[in-house]
Amino acid sequence: MKKYVVLPYIFWSVLFIVVPLILVLVFSITIKTNGNLVLSLDNFKRFLEPVYIKVLVRSLTLALISTIICLILGYPAALILSKEVTNKRNILILLFIIPMWMNFLLRTYAWMTILGKNGLINNFLSWIGLPTMNLLYNNGAVILGMVYNFLPFMVLPIYTVLSKMDKSVIEAAKDLGANKLKVFLKIIFPLSLPGVTAGITMVFMPAVSTFVISRLLGGGQYMLIGNLIEQQFLFVGDWNFGSALSIIMMIMILISMALMSKYDRKDGGQGLW
Amino acid sequence: MVKKPLRKIYIVLLYVFLYAPIVVLIIFSFNNSKLRGNWDGFTFKWYFQLFKDRYILKSLYYTITIAILSSIISTVIGTISALGIYNMKSIKKKIILNINYLPVLNPDIVTGIALMTLFIFFKMKLGFMTMLLAHITFNIPYVILAVLPKLKQLPKDILEAALDLGATPVLAFKKVILPEIMPGVITGALIAFTLSIDDFVISFFTTGSGVTNLSITIYSMARRGINPKINALSSLMFLSVLVLLVLINKRTSNKREDVFINEKN
Amino acid sequence: MKRTKLIISSFLIIVILLMFIGCKGEDKVTLNVFNWGDYIDETVISEFEKEFGINVNYETFATNEDMYVKIKQGATNYDVAFPSDYMIEKMIKEDMLKEIDLDNIDNFKHINEQFKNLAFDQENKYSIPYMWGTVGILYNTKVVKEPVKSWDILWDEKYKNQILMLDSQRDSIAVALKKLGYSMNTRDKEKLEEAKEELIKQKPLVLAYVVDEVKGMMIGEEAALAVVWSGDAITMMKENENLEYAIPKEGTNLWFDNMVIPKTSKHKKEAELFINFMTRAEISLKNTNYIGYSTTNSETVKMLSKEIQNNKVAYPDKEDIKDSEVFLDPGNFIKEYDKIWTEVKAH
Repeated sequence: MKKYVVLPYIFWSVLFIVVPLILVLVFSITIKTNGNLVLSLDNFKRFLEPVYIKVLVRSLTLALISTIICLILGYPAALILSKEVTNKRNILILLFIIPMWMNFLLRTYAWMTILGKNGLINNFLSWIGLPTMNLLYNNGAVILGMVYNFLPFMVLPIYTVLSKMDKSVIEAAKDLGANKLKVFLKIIFPLSLPGVTAGITMVFMPAVSTFVISRLLGGGQYMLIGNLIEQQFLFVGDWNFGSALSIIMMIMILISMALMSKYDRKDGGQGLW
Repeated sequence: MVKKPLRKIYIVLLYVFLYAPIVVLIIFSFNNSKLRGNWDGFTFKWYFQLFKDRYILKSLYYTITIAILSSIISTVIGTISALGIYNMKSIKKKIILNINYLPVLNPDIVTGIALMTLFIFFKMKLGFMTMLLAHITFNIPYVILAVLPKLKQLPKDILEAALDLGATPVLAFKKVILPEIMPGVITGALIAFTLSIDDFVISFFTTGSGVTNLSITIYSMARRGINPKINALSSLMFLSVLVLLVLINKRTSNKREDVFINEKN
Repeated sequence: MKRTKLIISSFLIIVILLMFIGCKGEDKVTLNVFNWGDYIDETVISEFEKEFGINVNYETFATNEDMYVKIKQGATNYDVAFPSDYMIEKMIKEDMLKEIDLDNIDNFKHINEQFKNLAFDQENKYSIPYMWGTVGILYNTKVVKEPVKSWDILWDEKYKNQILMLDSQRDSIAVALKKLGYSMNTRDKEKLEEAKEELIKQKPLVLAYVVDEVKGMMIGEEAALAVVWSGDAITMMKENENLEYAIPKEGTNLWFDNMVIPKTSKHKKEAELFINFMTRAEISLKNTNYIGYSTTNSETVKMLSKEIQNNKVAYPDKEDIKDSEVFLDPGNFIKEYDKIWTEVKAH
C-alpha cells in the first residue's frame, strides 16, 4: 500500500514539473528562423563561447562559497539549539526563520543602508574614531547577502535531524569512554548527515540561479547565470537560448550534487542519491 | 565541547545578524521622507496611509491566504510523497528525487513562464487558483527534502513492528511514524510558508484578474521607490508574529506547569 | 496534536469564508487595468468606479518586459495597459493592440501637440500619452564643482567610484552611443562595438550598476554622479538640496508611458472611457501631483503650482532636448545589444 501513496505526487509532478520541463527542453533544442521552429543544437553551441562559461563558473563558485559558509555558521547553531529544552528551542528556531517573512527586497535594501559608505556601520566606525571601510559593492557584500538569505534553510533541516537523535547511542558511546569530540565526530555528525545533505541541497541549488542579491549588494558588476537567463526570456525574447542555458545549468548543478553525495556516502551517511 | 557562555554569545550574534536589517526596516517605517537614504524626522503617517490603501491590504490578504493554503497543502502532499519515495526501489527513487529537484534548480523565471504557458494551454483563468497551484508546486520539493532525513532516522523495522502488532497502516502512520517525523514536517511547512510569502517572479506570471500578492506590489513599486507604507506594514506583520509567538509560548508553558502540578498531586 | 488540528481547521474555515466574501456576484463590467507600481493616485480609481459604475481590477508590473510577456501569452484579458515608447512600437508590430477611436477620447485635445504623433505610434492610433520625461545626469554639487554639460563627465577619472550607471543594457548602451555622438537607435554594429569599448573603459570608474536603489544611494550621498530619469530626479532633489540635474548637450533619451488597449481586451468601450477619464485635466492633475513625474497634458500643466511649472527638470525648454531621441524597438537587433552587455558585464 505504501508504494502507492506516492502516486498523487507522481501525477502532480508529471503535470506541473515534467510537462513544463519538456516544454523547456523543446525550446532548448530548437531555434527560430523566419518564424519557423527548426531543430538545432545551436543554442548549446552558443553557450561554449567563453563569456557564457565565465558567467556560469562565477555563479557556481559564488553559490558554493555561500553554501560552505552557511554550513560552517549553521551547523553549530543547529547543534546548540537542538540541546535547548523543547519549549525554548521551538521558539528559538522559529525566530530563525521569521526574518525571512519580511520581503526580500526590503531586507536587501536594509542591508544597503547598513553597509553603505554613509551607512550605519561606517557611521559607527567614524564615531569611535576608526577609518571607514568600503563594505558595499564587493564580493564580500554579495556573499554576506547570500548567507543571510539562505542560512535558515541550512539550519532548519540540520536542527530537525539533531533534535530527536537517539540519545541512547550517545550515552552508550560516552559509557564506552569516548570524549565529547569523539562522540561528535564519530556519532553525532555522521547521524546528522541526511540533514546536512538536505540543507546543502536547499541552499546550493537555488543559490546558483539567484542574482538579485548580486545585483543589489554587488553593484551589478558581474553577470550571473540567473541574470543571463532572465535577460534571454524577458529582454531578448530568445526563449530558446534561455531554455538551453537553464538546461545546462540544471545539468551542472545535478553533477556537482552527485559528486558531493559520493563523498557523503564514503563517510557512511545515506546520500540522497 | 564549547563552553556554555560562548555558545550563548554565538547564538546571540547570529540573531543580531538576522535581525539587524529588520530593525533598520522598522526604523525607516517612521521616517518622514519617502525615500530611503536620509532620516527626515519621525512620523506615523505611513501607518495611517497604509490603512487607507485598499490595494496593499488586498495584496496582504492574498499573500497570507496563499501562503497558508499552499504550505498546508504542500506539507500534506509532500509528507505522504516522502513516505512513498522513501519506500521505493533505488532506481525509481533516484528518478523521482531528481524530478523533485527541478523546481528548486530552475530559475524562477523559467518556472514562472513555463507554468503560465501551461495554465494558458489548459485554458485556466489566471488568478487565485493558478497562483495557488504554482506555489504548491514549488513548495512540495522543499517539504520532501525536509521530511526525508527524518524518515532515514527512523528505526528500520518500526513500521513492520507496528503492523505486526495489528495496527492498520493508517493507524501505524499516525501513531508511530508521524510523531517521529513531526519535526521534519514542521520544518517543511515553515520553509514552504516562507518561500510562498516571499515569491515574486513565479507569482507574477501565474496570477491575474486583480489577484496580487505583496511581493508583486513591492517589486512593481521599486521603479518609483518602495513606499514606506510597505515598511509600516512589515513592521506590523513582524510585531504581530512576535506577539503571537509570546502568547503561544506562555500558553504552552502554563499548560506544562499544570501537568507538573497534577502529577505532584 | 488536537490543538494543531483545531488551529489548522479553523484557519482553513476562515480562509474559505474569506474567499466567498472576496467574490461577490455582480453583473457590472470589470475592467482589468495593468500599470506600473505606485503610478497612479489610487483615489482616482475609486472615482472612476463610482462615476461609471464599472469595477476596476488593478494589477501592477515592474518592467515593460514583464508586462509584455504576460499580455503576449494571453494571460488575463487586460483592458488598459501602460507600456513605454519602444514597447508600444513592438506591440503594434506584433499586432497586440486595438486601435483607439479618438472620437471617444474627447480629452485627447488636451494633450500637448509636442507629444502627439511620435515615431513609435505615428497617428496615435494605438496609444494616448500619460507621462513623459528625460534621462539625465544627477550630480552632487558638494563633489562635482564644475558644471555638468556632457556625458563625458561619466568617463572622468576624477570621479572614480563616484559614478552610478544604470543596470539596463538599453539605457547604458544609449549613454555610450550618445557620448560618441551616434544615434541611440543605431543598427550599425561597428558603432555598437565602439560603444562597448567605451563601457568597458568606463567600468573601473563605476561604483555600481544600479536599478531602482539609485534614489536611496544619491540621497544618502553614497555616490556623486548618476544616470537617472527626470521624474525621479525631482523627487531626489527635493530630499537633498545638494543634488542637481543636467541634460547633456549631446542629447538624451526622451521617454513616454502611454495608455493602450491590448487586443485581448473584451471591453474596448469601457477601456476608452477609462483612458478618456485619465486624460481629463483634473484627474491627470491628481495623478501628476501624486507621482511627481511630468504630465503630457497641457491643460494639467496650467493647473500645476507655479513652482513645478517652472521647474526645468520636469518641463525642460525645447532647446535643451532638441537632440534627444525616443527609443525605438530594435526588433531582432536586440540580440546585438544583449551580446555587448553580457561582454561588458563579464569583463
